[in-house]
Amino acid sequence: MTPIVEVRDLHKRFGELEVLKGIDFTVAEGEVVSIIGASGSGKTTLLRCLNLLEEFHQGDVLIGGEAIGYHLRRGQRVRIGEREVARQRAMTGMVFQAFNLFPHMSALDNVTLGLTKVRGMPRPQAIELADHWLDRVGMLERRDHRPSQLSGGQQQRVAIARAIAMSPKVMLFDEATSALDPERVGEVLETIRSLAQEGMTMVLVTHEMRFARDVSDKVVFMEDGRIAEQGPPQRLFLNPDSPRLQAFLKTSSF
Amino acid sequence: MNYHFNFAPILDQWPVLLSGLGLGLLLALVSIAIGSVLGLVVAFASRAPSPWLRSLAFTWISILRNLPILVIVLFLFFGMPQLGLSLDKITSFIVALSLYASAYMAEVFRGGLLSVPKGLTEAGQAIGLTSFRIKRYIVLPIMFRNALPAFGNNFISLFKDTSLAATIAVPELTFYARKINSETFRVIEVWLVASLLYIVCCYAITLVLRAMEKRLVLEKN
Amino acid sequence: MEWDYFLNEVVANRDALLHGAAITFAVSLIAILAGTVLGIVIGIAVTYGGKPLRWPARLYIDIIRGTPVLVLVLATFYVSSAVGLNLNAFQAGALALTLFCASHVSEILRGALQSLSRGQIEAGRAIGLTFGGIFRYILFPQALRYALPTWITAAVEMVKASTLLSVIGVAELLLTTQQIISNNFLNMQFYLLAGVIYFLIDFAIEQVGRFIGRRLDQPTRRAV
Repeated sequence: MTPIVEVRDLHKRFGELEVLKGIDFTVAEGEVVSIIGASGSGKTTLLRCLNLLEEFHQGDVLIGGEAIGYHLRRGQRVRIGEREVARQRAMTGMVFQAFNLFPHMSALDNVTLGLTKVRGMPRPQAIELADHWLDRVGMLERRDHRPSQLSGGQQQRVAIARAIAMSPKVMLFDEATSALDPERVGEVLETIRSLAQEGMTMVLVTHEMRFARDVSDKVVFMEDGRIAEQGPPQRLFLNPDSPRLQAFLKTSSF
Repeated sequence: MNYHFNFAPILDQWPVLLSGLGLGLLLALVSIAIGSVLGLVVAFASRAPSPWLRSLAFTWISILRNLPILVIVLFLFFGMPQLGLSLDKITSFIVALSLYASAYMAEVFRGGLLSVPKGLTEAGQAIGLTSFRIKRYIVLPIMFRNALPAFGNNFISLFKDTSLAATIAVPELTFYARKINSETFRVIEVWLVASLLYIVCCYAITLVLRAMEKRLVLEKN
Repeated sequence: MEWDYFLNEVVANRDALLHGAAITFAVSLIAILAGTVLGIVIGIAVTYGGKPLRWPARLYIDIIRGTPVLVLVLATFYVSSAVGLNLNAFQAGALALTLFCASHVSEILRGALQSLSRGQIEAGRAIGLTFGGIFRYILFPQALRYALPTWITAAVEMVKASTLLSVIGVAELLLTTQQIISNNFLNMQFYLLAGVIYFLIDFAIEQVGRFIGRRLDQPTRRAV
């Protein structure tokens, strides 16, 4: 079966600095993959390459079997046109560290914007679908609130509904709980966990080691722009091969 | 001081003064409307990928901001006919004030654009919006809201600048105040009334704008 | 031909133009200096004063800022003579611009002072400083840093506003230009020339402001 996400020999540079030095990994349908590693190891950049928020310079990213972002023209890698990029981005759903809800719109309108403008759904149908997902993340009764009237945890749950309502092939979470007050982290993790249990394919960049251990099917440990170790969470957390992962786990809190 | 106040000659001219005030407000409204459209174009040009466009935008802003508005008014009204472009005094004044406003509005919108966090553009990209739609549904609405207080200040400034139209005999409030001043010699009364009318009007504009801001400006959280 | 005529006229009127520019410069400078002193007093009164001080200061700022500068200039000129103050046009104009400048400066200062935390006043009190000492050693130096770039923008505004004195007959640069035009009818050329001169003056002030702004910024940037 084709994997939902396939990354082959991915390289990414910021000017002179190479931040991704050849990444290979796959995510199968229904799989939950956590990417862990110290800050600066390239895990957020990797995630952002998966929905083309970052350009990459070598290698391929395939979503549902389709190579995204670039095509070959007379042997040259060429970035594809803007409309194509937009279409391919909509195949993935992204949840940001800083929520990034549109501040001038209600929770409901945050969710319906993509449905009506990108998916071309009629508004009543979009509202119905948005209500379904807002209910699913426990935010239905606040659908008419502005982001500024919601707590961080509530905003993040709306952001999750906004992303998942587009029915992406895979959900990407970029440190989704790092900007939250400690007492708000649980509600968001609970939401993510329940989506995972329903079979949603997910890639999470996270610092929540306990969560990564309990929810993931696979854990990817990144170091200095490379994948240093990957495998089932039991093995990585209990019997890490590399001394670097051992050291990293020692300094991480569970 | 031996001055006997007599407001009667001024109060007799009440309808004229009010019509002058109305014309001033109208001039300010038309000018800020045209100036905003121009200013928006200049603001986007100032952030365009082309360096040529960018420096054009900054030159535009720099020249108009550093010229006295009275010089612009006189140049357009008295100077342009020499180039074969004769405008009547009201049109000419509106052109002058609109150009002047465009530089200030460009700055306001530039600040507004900078105030839209990059993460919101990325969130729009992530749900598959094209860059045109991101501007239309996300960047512009937020920019306008953030720009509202500065927009209000500029509108009040422009309204006060409409007094300069008196120098080319546009019959607005200051024009009538000078006329009544020379006809009646009720010097103190006429300038007291004229200033008061401007102050009250500015205050009223402030109140309206504050009410708008309350509804529209996005609280930070 | 017309171009040569224009150049001849510029040369013929160069003394008048220079004199006009000198008047512009003088009246702007007076307004900025006197207006700054007055503005600092009013700014302190409106920020830290008790009610009997704060109220009149607030009223002053609101009245001046609600009135167009041209009306302020005309009112000062006509009213001063009506009440028996015998000010000539230059003096009346300088007074009007000073009043205008003071309201600007006081608002700038208030903005700057209010951006400083109240905790600093308390910290100053805690080490036994009087309010005067706190203001002088703690608040004012910081406020100056915040306010200086805006203050220089206000100087540009004063130079621009000085053109309004042409209306009451002060022979500054603009009125001089108009007088020259009334002899040679070169409207476009001479208004353009005046525009260029004003632009150069204002642009120069603006650049000085930018330079100082950058200099003042540096220590904070290094500290980060």
